[in-house]
Amino acid sequence: MSDIVLKTENLTKRYGGVHALEGANFELRKGEHVAIMGDNGAGKSTFVRQITAVEQRTSGQIWFDGKEVNFTGPIEAREAGIETVFQNLALADDLDVPSNLFLGREKVLFNLGPFSILDRKYMRKATEAALVRTAVKIPNLSNTIRHMSGGQRQCVAIARTATFASKLIIMDEPTAALGVQETAQVENIIRTLKDNGEPLILISHNMRQVFDLCDRIVVFRRGRIVANLRKENTDGQDIVSYITGAKTGEAELAA
Amino acid sequence: MAQTSHGVGGLTYDAKKRAWPAEFNVFLALVILVVIFELIGRIFLGDSFLFNTRSDVSGIFNEARLQIIILQVSIVGIIAIGVTQVIICGGIDLSSGSIVGATAMIAMSFAQVATVNGNPNPKAMFLAQGWTDLPVLVPLLVAIGCGLLAGLVNGSLIAYTRIPPFIATLGMMVTARGIAKWWSKGQPISFPTDSFAAIGKGLMPVIIFLSLALLFQLIMTYTRYGKHCYAIGSNEDAARMSGIKIANHKILVYVIAGILASLAAVVLCSKNLTAQAGMGVMYELDAIAMAVIGGVSLSGGRGSIIGTVIGSLIFGVIISGFTFLRLDAYYQEMVKGVIIVGAVVLDQWRQRLRALRA
Repeated sequence: MSDIVLKTENLTKRYGGVHALEGANFELRKGEHVAIMGDNGAGKSTFVRQITAVEQRTSGQIWFDGKEVNFTGPIEAREAGIETVFQNLALADDLDVPSNLFLGREKVLFNLGPFSILDRKYMRKATEAALVRTAVKIPNLSNTIRHMSGGQRQCVAIARTATFASKLIIMDEPTAALGVQETAQVENIIRTLKDNGEPLILISHNMRQVFDLCDRIVVFRRGRIVANLRKENTDGQDIVSYITGAKTGEAELAA
Repeated sequence: MAQTSHGVGGLTYDAKKRAWPAEFNVFLALVILVVIFELIGRIFLGDSFLFNTRSDVSGIFNEARLQIIILQVSIVGIIAIGVTQVIICGGIDLSSGSIVGATAMIAMSFAQVATVNGNPNPKAMFLAQGWTDLPVLVPLLVAIGCGLLAGLVNGSLIAYTRIPPFIATLGMMVTARGIAKWWSKGQPISFPTDSFAAIGKGLMPVIIFLSLALLFQLIMTYTRYGKHCYAIGSNEDAARMSGIKIANHKILVYVIAGILASLAAVVLCSKNLTAQAGMGVMYELDAIAMAVIGGVSLSGGRGSIIGTVIGSLIFGVIISGFTFLRLDAYYQEMVKGVIIVGAVVLDQWRQRLRALRA
């Protein structure tokens, strides 16, 4: 039980009469990279939003890091160690890389309330370390990120999750808007995270990517988890048939 | 070793190709403007704009002119500091000119002397209550209180009702002007104490302006407050998701803008030895213009206090330059308008050029 990072039981979310998520049972172990796949509106993002407390669940329980948790908001979830890379990036264009990495949790030299003096040297050092750890290449840290490529920006967003001692990283389609090279760059970072033993939930539509990067694939369809497969025991065809509903019934892990 | 790199695999990075700070362009514009006035002066008037040409005064520069250039913009400059941080944070403040009017009236009424030339002060508001000849701290605190209150109303409206800053501060602009007129039923308030009058004497406005500018340049660069201003102005959603308390921060930003406007009011009515309900009309627009000329982006997230200070100097040079060329004040206004628009157009071009080269 102790090596389970995240566990949900009967996680359910209804928007009025719409059952966006029905009784999701999910487990994530230490160092494991799990992919979440499914059609649009299958409940993938809804599932993530309940975990990160961007929305409040209708019913069900969540255990994180060995404790049952009831986060009231995304900041609480983040403080507990769940880092999310949002689809819309959540970066401030006019700030440089260290400022973006430390946005909202700046390291302070002297505490003077809102006028606290920032520890810029420390933040710069920590940023360099985080970029090395995630193998992100950024030419100049003090440039604002406005003129960086989509890939570089995504890398900054991912490096941010790795800067802080996060216990779980969630990425919602991190390469959806990126070109081939940039996608490769982001995938390399994800491999680095894997090597570092950091657990990850990856929402993706890219079958090749999922098979390349993840240990396990969970398929959502119409708000339910319809498949939970180790990647050795399945193939692309199989996953597609679960996504489209050609194959039904909950496929359990051949443990 | 011009090339450095960060991160594994290191992309090369040529430090020499780094774009110079935006403030440098503004400074360049200031220098060019001075040179133009100097040349026109030498060619057509046979006089120098910047340098000392009189034999009965020593010194290389025309110090009187230099003082006037900065003195005439320092009061609006104090407002512009507050306006700059509001704009960087993605807002706008139209109320500062009216806050100056209202604060000048209210603060001045607590700074009056009891007797003028042996007679009771004819303009004293609170003669009957005996609130005359008060220590200078009283009107100063009253002024700061006025600015704080106005800023608090502005900030709370914007943070909690989510109405656009333009509308909220427009409301405050009209209301505060009304308060300024109502306070003494339109009568000017005069005869301040000597200690109050000392605040705006001589070059004191310049000293106050530059010290506040320095203080806020440091705050905007080195503190969490400044960083959050840039973050919110740059991407409010990102700032919210990063856990920055947007509402509190915005209120604080407008409170500081209000207090700076009220300090400008103190300096202004102390310098003029009188307060009138019409004081500070259009100051808000001049302050915004100084910021914009100084490279502060109206869409938020970009700019600096130093830029605004240089922007204010450009203002001062234009006004002094036109006086020097003996041109009417009408032309000043016209050219001011052209320069404001021109500054924004140039900034847009520069941004696009940078994007192309990046």
